[in-house]
Amino acid sequence: MEETIMEKPVIVELSDVWVGYDGKWVLKSIFLDCRAGEILGIVGPNGAGKSTLLKVILGLIRPDRGTVALFGKKPGREARLEAGYLPQISHAERAFPVTALDVVLMGVYNRTGLFRRPGLKEKETAMEMLVCVNMAEHAGKPFGSLSGGQQQRIHIARALASKPKLLLLDEPSTGVDSVAQEDFYVLLANLRDEKGLSAIMVSHDIGVITSHADRVACINIEVHYHGGPELCLSPEIMEKVFGKDLKIMVHDSRCATCNKRHIND
Amino acid sequence: MIEMLEFEFMKNAFLAGIVLGVVLAVVSFFVVLRRYSFIGVGVAHSAFGGVALGSLIGISPTLTALFFAVIVANAIGYVGRQERLSTDTAIGIFFALAMALGVIFIGLSDKYNTDLFGYLFGNILAITGTDLLLVSILGAVVIFSCYIFFKELLFTAFDSEVALVSGMPVVFLDHFFLTILAVSIVISIKIVGIVLVSALLVIPGAAASQVTVRYVPMIAISIAVALISTTGGLIISYYADLASGATIVTFASLIFFFMVGAGKLRKR
Repeated sequence: MEETIMEKPVIVELSDVWVGYDGKWVLKSIFLDCRAGEILGIVGPNGAGKSTLLKVILGLIRPDRGTVALFGKKPGREARLEAGYLPQISHAERAFPVTALDVVLMGVYNRTGLFRRPGLKEKETAMEMLVCVNMAEHAGKPFGSLSGGQQQRIHIARALASKPKLLLLDEPSTGVDSVAQEDFYVLLANLRDEKGLSAIMVSHDIGVITSHADRVACINIEVHYHGGPELCLSPEIMEKVFGKDLKIMVHDSRCATCNKRHIND
Repeated sequence: MIEMLEFEFMKNAFLAGIVLGVVLAVVSFFVVLRRYSFIGVGVAHSAFGGVALGSLIGISPTLTALFFAVIVANAIGYVGRQERLSTDTAIGIFFALAMALGVIFIGLSDKYNTDLFGYLFGNILAITGTDLLLVSILGAVVIFSCYIFFKELLFTAFDSEVALVSGMPVVFLDHFFLTILAVSIVISIKIVGIVLVSALLVIPGAAASQVTVRYVPMIAISIAVALISTTGGLIISYYADLASGATIVTFASLIFFFMVGAGKLRKR
């Protein structure tokens, strides 16, 4: 799998990126790439600089050193139009007076143009996206009345409505129950396989990343590993990323740190 | 009521009240969603510095107030965006600075002919035909601006970070709205006053948000609340011989409390 990925064109490339804040490095000498049609998982503990990394890719934070290329361009307004972003914590207020469909429609605003209201065609696109995330029957409901998991699906539909080539997802499983999480990863894999969508997905949950990503980057201020998911659970890498006291709670065929028999074995 | 409108100043005030009702309602919709009510208070008070400067150098205080309010509103937006400062801090500084300049300008002025109390709390007797024309033109500009940038302003208010990633010119929209806010405040000063105008930047939108969760009805209800407040307040103030600005704001607050109650009943 990894070989075929490495033949695909590079859509995101970070080269020797350094980001400092208040005299401390938050990201140090980051070399990272994401290829077309892959799901790249970014793992690391809290405060490892994962969210900062996504913002650097989007050009929301300018690095102190190094270069960032998003679709071969400097990340700015133009390059960002090809990307869909799902922030960790949405700043959106619960009581905001919009329906689920209204939120998804925001995703097509950039293509609607100035002075124009979204018309029938835009509404059809938005409805398609709602079907895509299994939320069509909630289209007319007030956004604030939906559960955390449902709101997140709406945010994903909104991000997809802008027809991005790349999705940047910051902790997409926060506040979503495990069934909804599993559905979401299936959806993501389908979008990758059918539409060639790439995704960069940040999580502190190693189990989630290793079982759903094509490649993984383990980050704790520096990149400690960047490659296929099968090798990232090695004790040396895990210790570097998460520290000595880590206990790995996932047991699957890739689990390298325990002697238990696995169901798949 | 017909008798009330026989007076030229009452007719001007009434017409201005209708225009301002619509303007403040539309602006308050975004003020409530963006949580800008304290910015409204700060910008309104900064107009005091402008009024005092106008009376010192002998040009229209409305013009200088407009100048002050637009600059302070945009300065609050700019400073609030800086990494080590917050909007809250920016308001605290510019609010006081503009008021302080106002006090200095009054001290420098040897004449004492400007009705400062009228600017602070509103004075409908001071509304001339020219004022009415100015309110109508600037009010139309504000409403037209909100109309053409509606979807962009809505998205930015919903989630500015995501809006930025989606290609919305968020910084431009923030300053654009702050300018609209400043203009709306200044044209309302003669009727409700510097100290009281911020209430009308919040109440219509906040009252409407109590009874609906969709934006089209929210704007419609917001307009209804503002129109009832300004026209009703003016009628009450005329017949009960009360200060117009204070009556409008008190009446608007009563409507707000009524709407909060109605919202609670509706949820049951």
